[in-house]
Amino acid sequence: MSHAVAHPAYDYRTIRHFAIMAVVWGIVGMAVGVLIAAQLVWPELLASEWTHFGRLRPLHTNAVIFAFGGCALFATSYYVVQRTCHTTLAFPNLARFTFWGWNLVIILAAITLPLGMTTTHEYAELEWPIDILIAVVWISYAIVFFGTIAKRNTSHIYVANWFFGAFILVIAVLHIVNSVQYPVSFTKSYYVWSGAMDAMIQWWYAHNAVGFFLTAGFLGMMYYFVPKQAGRPVYSYRLSIVHFWALIATYMWAGAHHLHYSALPDWAQSVGMVMSIVLLAPSWGGMINGVMTLSGAWHKLRTDPILRFLVVSLSFYGMSTFEGPMMSIKTVNALSHNTDWTIGHVHSGALGWVAMVAIGSLYHLIPKVLGIVQMHSIRLINLHFWLATIGTVLYIAAMWVNGIMQGLMWRAVNPDGTLTYSFVDSLEASYPGYVVRVIGGGFFLLGMIIMLYNVYMTVNDAKDQDAVRDTSEPEPAAA
Amino acid sequence: MTYYDWLGVLSIVMLVMFIGIGWWAYNPKNKTRFDDAANSILDQDPVDTPNGDKH
Repeated sequence: MSHAVAHPAYDYRTIRHFAIMAVVWGIVGMAVGVLIAAQLVWPELLASEWTHFGRLRPLHTNAVIFAFGGCALFATSYYVVQRTCHTTLAFPNLARFTFWGWNLVIILAAITLPLGMTTTHEYAELEWPIDILIAVVWISYAIVFFGTIAKRNTSHIYVANWFFGAFILVIAVLHIVNSVQYPVSFTKSYYVWSGAMDAMIQWWYAHNAVGFFLTAGFLGMMYYFVPKQAGRPVYSYRLSIVHFWALIATYMWAGAHHLHYSALPDWAQSVGMVMSIVLLAPSWGGMINGVMTLSGAWHKLRTDPILRFLVVSLSFYGMSTFEGPMMSIKTVNALSHNTDWTIGHVHSGALGWVAMVAIGSLYHLIPKVLGIVQMHSIRLINLHFWLATIGTVLYIAAMWVNGIMQGLMWRAVNPDGTLTYSFVDSLEASYPGYVVRVIGGGFFLLGMIIMLYNVYMTVNDAKDQDAVRDTSEPEPAAA
Repeated sequence: MTYYDWLGVLSIVMLVMFIGIGWWAYNPKNKTRFDDAANSILDQDPVDTPNGDKH
């Protein structure tokens, strides 16, 4: 059939597959999350060698960050780079390879982590053969993305691409440096670094995984999908430039705040703290830029649950990027470290910001790449929005209460200097919070399952529309 | 110059570059250009036709 619109035939096949797999892996990763949350309420639940908390926890983190978040980033970056550069994907076969390669990585993670094969580095647990596969896929991703920018038909590179580009480059550097290992067998390796150096490199890696994988990449989504969904240009393009450079210059230095009161030299801890506090400025600059994009279009929030997902994600982004710098202050960290407050903070960012901005972007993108007007059911998107919001609030409120209570109980001392509470006392006191967390996580997971149903029905709608089109009269040659 | 002196120089260079980026971004001469860039995803991107893009 012919289309009147004069634009390149964008390559949507790989995007469709990544978008659908983002939803599928989101359900898998969040289901494992709800399971391990339930294990903290009922410790006997599925307590086998392969399915105990210690083995499943890295499976949860890898699945939600790299499988769900990763597929959403691949889908949105391939979509945005084509449409803002007015060109098709460079090297479409290499883009296909990134889809199959990335999903192979995910499947290998789902097999090896429950078997206990781990490098022990948090968020980098996968063993060296999988690390090499990740590096190959990631470099292919960079070639496709930057190749597409190189053959663009626009003079300007739209700001969303700057964020996606920084995310792709930095993750390549982080992954390769933090994976320098001596293999001792096919399934076991040891890091070349050791001691405080190993710890600093690990948290340089892990915090920048937060800063670039979970922030810069998703800010790329924000700078495209919020203006598109609101139908208004971004509030200040000039602020977005300053936002970009300030954010990438600052994030790189913040990782040391994970190592307060450790063997890391004190000055390095202080640098980490100061840079984390400075980070509040670019984070809030970006958040305000996204939220203010709606000025004059606030009424759309009443009727558009996709826009609601995007705006509420920015509110959670603002909250968690205020909370993060505060927790990086050493005296606050003395209370919060190793408590559930940290888990609450992470999920305020991961559920409230990362997942919700990704979900909003996917709801915008999926009908477009299927060639239809909108998702099958807007009402189900609305239901998903409320489940996600209530689930996130229950989750983080429970962890705040637990975390602050744990911190206070652990530091309480009697007049004679002995501890007022044992660790088990604090664990018992945390029990109600753990129950609330399972409920909150369950709400969020239920929302994702509704999303999968909605996506499935939307794919069916697209098939029906194709069938109607194919049997109807041939269109006259479009002008 | 020692290694630490060079680190100091690097800090100044980074600061100057950052101020330069801010000046460039907020220079009134560039306002139209950036406004055009912000609008580009809404105006020039022609694709929101319901029948298009099925490839």
